[in-house]
Amino acid sequence: MLSFDQVFTLVKDTCTHGDVVVDENATPKNIRVPAEDLKIVCQELFQNSSTYFDMLSCITPIDNGPQVGTLEIVYNLYSIPFNFQVGLKVVLPRDNAEVDTLTDIWKTANWHEREAYDMFGIKVKGHPDLRRILLPADWEGHPLRKDYKQQEYYRSIKVDY
Amino acid sequence: MSFSDIQFKPKPNGLKLSEPNKFKAEDLHSEEMVINLGPQHPSTHGVLRLEVLMDGEIIKEVVPHIGYLHRCFEKHAENLPYNQVIPFVDRLDYVAAMNCEHIYAMGVERMLGIADQIPKRVEYIRVLMAELNRIVSHFIAIGTYGMDIGAFTPFFWIMRDREHILRMLEWASGSRLLYNYMWIGGLFYDLPVGFEERCSEFVNYIKPKLQELEDILINNKIFVNRTANVGILPLDLAINCGVTGPILRGSGLRLDLRKVDGYSVYPELDFNIPIGEGKMGALGDCWDRTWVRMQEIYESVKIIEQCLDKLTKEHKRTRDFDPHALVPKKIRPKAQDFYIRGEGSKGELGFYFRADGKSDVPFRCKCRSCSFVNLSVLQEMAKGILIADLIAIIGTIDVVMGEVDR
Repeated sequence: MLSFDQVFTLVKDTCTHGDVVVDENATPKNIRVPAEDLKIVCQELFQNSSTYFDMLSCITPIDNGPQVGTLEIVYNLYSIPFNFQVGLKVVLPRDNAEVDTLTDIWKTANWHEREAYDMFGIKVKGHPDLRRILLPADWEGHPLRKDYKQQEYYRSIKVDY
Repeated sequence: MSFSDIQFKPKPNGLKLSEPNKFKAEDLHSEEMVINLGPQHPSTHGVLRLEVLMDGEIIKEVVPHIGYLHRCFEKHAENLPYNQVIPFVDRLDYVAAMNCEHIYAMGVERMLGIADQIPKRVEYIRVLMAELNRIVSHFIAIGTYGMDIGAFTPFFWIMRDREHILRMLEWASGSRLLYNYMWIGGLFYDLPVGFEERCSEFVNYIKPKLQELEDILINNKIFVNRTANVGILPLDLAINCGVTGPILRGSGLRLDLRKVDGYSVYPELDFNIPIGEGKMGALGDCWDRTWVRMQEIYESVKIIEQCLDKLTKEHKRTRDFDPHALVPKKIRPKAQDFYIRGEGSKGELGFYFRADGKSDVPFRCKCRSCSFVNLSVLQEMAKGILIADLIAIIGTIDVVMGEVDR
């Protein structure tokens, strides 16, 4: 059986750009990795036969607000053969949020990353098709940011009712 | 004020600017053309728009355009207390609202740490309701799919039988589709007196009807010829695309979160997980997916029978049973992150919560909706097929646009 410590050791050995921290206050537990290392960590977790995280369940961007000044992205991974869940977390600066795409590892990431771009304005480097997904293409702003102010008019229709 | 002052004057090209096509006309090769399906097209099951790049009859690429039913669920959830989010959760997957509620309520209960104190009767009623609603959802999926590809009669039969379930759910909760029945820590109300009897009458009624449906639709030669070997989804592609639910099981993987995670009272119940076997054609084709849904209805009926048995014997109605007993006065979970997942009627439905411990409002509530992820596999499946088969494939993906667009 796979244990959290095994996954943590593997992630720690793969990272080269900084500290790896465990977030105990999350269920399933999150591992915070440097944003530069995200892609190689995911590649390793996906390919390594002792972990084999073959499904990307969910990508959750979280905005911590202008005072804190950071954005977080949580990637929930699931390993079907080992029946094990783990979360990977990256913390990004709020004004210049950039992260590598995971589309070439899991195809699920495609739409989730488009949603992250749409709702939070996170630039996803290397994404094949980075367009808005839920909102119209000419909408202004990214609504799930904490300091979002909606535009007054959209196509001469008043937005605030 | 004249009429022209209040009349809405759309700007020229407005619709094209709000949702532009991915393929520009000038970039196409001489044989190619772009065909637009939807958003108002009966066989796209809601407001789904597909931009299809064609070469004659053969599809080169499909680009889904979604968001026409976006109702800002996540933004609303950041501004409302946990219990007041439940009506919005209903409106995600509006044909299987009980399943969504069940998973949401379970997630908040686990965050509060009261999940193991919930009375067994409450849990059995929840599972009973969720399984009734799962039958409704699969009925819609099979019925509309039959209609998509030309079988009209089964749709009416299914709508007739669905109505019996909806009336029972209305009797219990007060509304037909959007129930707000499962509260955090309990239920809106106990089952009405006589519900168990009527439900077991319904079970006796539905069993021969299911057989009838299977004979006239699923095993029908015309239906088999139309769906077998069409839209084959290989298992590795399905997992890589994050597909869950009956579609993944149709491709041959026995993965059901009711068994895998064993939440609620599902470990105490006896049911099987049907998977596709490639009986009529290749494994993971449209027929397999429809057949898996049909078999899941039988399993749900089995679960309902067991729940009714428990609800009339071990956990039967008592005078002092209060479904509100554990409903917290103030819902304020400790500061934490929590990802809850469960088997909705269409796959893995998950909620990612972040609570800050200082307010009754979730700091962030992300919904991982199954239809959203399932629909993204369409781009992969639709390469190199005939356009008529595209309609046959959309039906088996069983999207509910309320859940895709949230």
